[in-house]
Amino acid sequence: MEFGRAAQTVYTMWLREMIRFSRSKSRIIGALATPLFFLVILGTGFSSAFQVRGGGTFDKSYLAPGLIGMSVLFASLMGGVSIIWDREFGFLKEILIAPVSRFFVSLGKAIGGVTTAMIQGILIMIIARLIGIHYVSFWGVLAGIGIMFISGIGFIGLGIAIASKIESHEGFQMVMSFLTMPLVLLSGAFFPIANLPGWLKVFVYANPLTYAVEALRYFLLGKSFISIWLCIAVLVIFSTAMISLGGKLFGKMRA
Amino acid sequence: MLYAIETSGITKRFEEVTAVNNISISVKPGELFGLLGPNGAGKTTLINMLSTMIEPSGGRALVWGHDVVKEADMVRQNIGVVFQDTTLDDRLTGRENLDLHGRLYGLNGKTRKSRIQDVLSLVELTEKADVIVKTYSGGMMRRLEIARGLMHHPHVLFLDEPTLGLDPQTRLHIWEYINKLNSEEGVTILLTTHYMEEADRLCDRIAIIDYGQIVALDTPQDLKNMLGGDVITLGLEDPGDVGKLCGTYQKNGCANIVTGKQNEVFITVDNGERQIPHILALASQAGIHIFSVSLRKPTLDDVFIHYTGRAIRDKEVSGMEEVGYKMRSRRK
Repeated sequence: MEFGRAAQTVYTMWLREMIRFSRSKSRIIGALATPLFFLVILGTGFSSAFQVRGGGTFDKSYLAPGLIGMSVLFASLMGGVSIIWDREFGFLKEILIAPVSRFFVSLGKAIGGVTTAMIQGILIMIIARLIGIHYVSFWGVLAGIGIMFISGIGFIGLGIAIASKIESHEGFQMVMSFLTMPLVLLSGAFFPIANLPGWLKVFVYANPLTYAVEALRYFLLGKSFISIWLCIAVLVIFSTAMISLGGKLFGKMRA
Repeated sequence: MLYAIETSGITKRFEEVTAVNNISISVKPGELFGLLGPNGAGKTTLINMLSTMIEPSGGRALVWGHDVVKEADMVRQNIGVVFQDTTLDDRLTGRENLDLHGRLYGLNGKTRKSRIQDVLSLVELTEKADVIVKTYSGGMMRRLEIARGLMHHPHVLFLDEPTLGLDPQTRLHIWEYINKLNSEEGVTILLTTHYMEEADRLCDRIAIIDYGQIVALDTPQDLKNMLGGDVITLGLEDPGDVGKLCGTYQKNGCANIVTGKQNEVFITVDNGERQIPHILALASQAGIHIFSVSLRKPTLDDVFIHYTGRAIRDKEVSGMEEVGYKMRSRRK
């Protein structure tokens, strides 16, 4: 019975995210447009301007895993911090007053947010394929989707934790700009991380998104700089820690 | 279980302010109980404590037999809450809002379906059920919230200012629903309001709350009776007769309180409408000519002024309220 109730709670919160997602078509298009602009424009620009070390032109395929990682990061963080909007528009009270476990509420919200992030990631993957990016294997693509899930859970946990601590939506804007841009730029989404100077290396290696992007690169393109096992280990630890933290802070949250 | 809601010395302090100060109330199952007080009196804080949204700083409270702190989940299962501000998801339809609520309270699919039908027809929103809530009017949203609060058959329903900001017609409608709920579904209702009329028309009993404390608690009728009865105002042609007429009535002992002012005499009596003929007869016996008579039943406004020394909303002090003040000072 307890399990049934927990599953029901998770499903309910997931269902809500899905209904809301299906109604926000403009948001989906907007979310897809940014990484695709990067891919097409930046990809073409880089190819024509740079030579890769050891000769040959820059292959825009290199950008695809980074952009998928970036869109998963954006969608997941947004999914987590959307709790701020729930508080702003009052719906949070409806959840907090229900006789259900807060932990499963936040888990449901997380899985809902991750689902939307994965849908966006997969759409970008498909569009990238259509504009000529080749993936190494079907199994690699499936594994890549798995990576989207694990890293998405981590970022959404982080989002929920932040949302539980932030008092207003003004603070949210600041956190988003101080968090998302550095995470993306320091992840190796746009440049190879092999020969970075020491100070930059520290930041890049401390960034969980780096491991998500590297893992995606391994599974989709067949090569990565960081070992795939290290990537998976880091992502699993990061996600478990973040979702626990998010669930814990959400449990203490007041409307 | 004797009481649906029982608090003993419940208190809430926020840093410097004591929002709720040592309140003890007992609400019987099936009762429609009102908390009447001005904004900032502590009504919402009290509801927030009883509905487990915030923890009390002192005292304890049982709702449907469960402690609001130690058994919060049991309390939550047994209550419905309609907050002052909307808590609907405005991107969803009315039906989806109700359905999600039913799921969170563990109702199965079949129960949800039939219950959604029931509560929608109760608040007359069946036709708007599949419209996105964003397009609803304020009154429709409030009705949907009431419907949602009832989805899981709560034993106790908390309504925080249920008609705040609604137009008079919608307000009348909401009052009907509240009465219907209370009489047909037997739900115990605790509502807060700062509208006198609302408290008077709806509630079985009213607690007047001011600065976090209960200053009076009784049925609306008894609260009004406490003021000493109805007020008859007589208008005299000759202001010089006022003193004489007051003396006549005092001598005859037919009134509880008699006061005079300029060319008017105010008489506080029980059953005013029955006393008028006798009062007029006494006046004509004394040879005093009366050119106007009016009877005024006390309202909760008068009661509120009596207990707190001020009107619930800032407004001009009318003649009747002056009488209220006078009666108050006489009693002291």
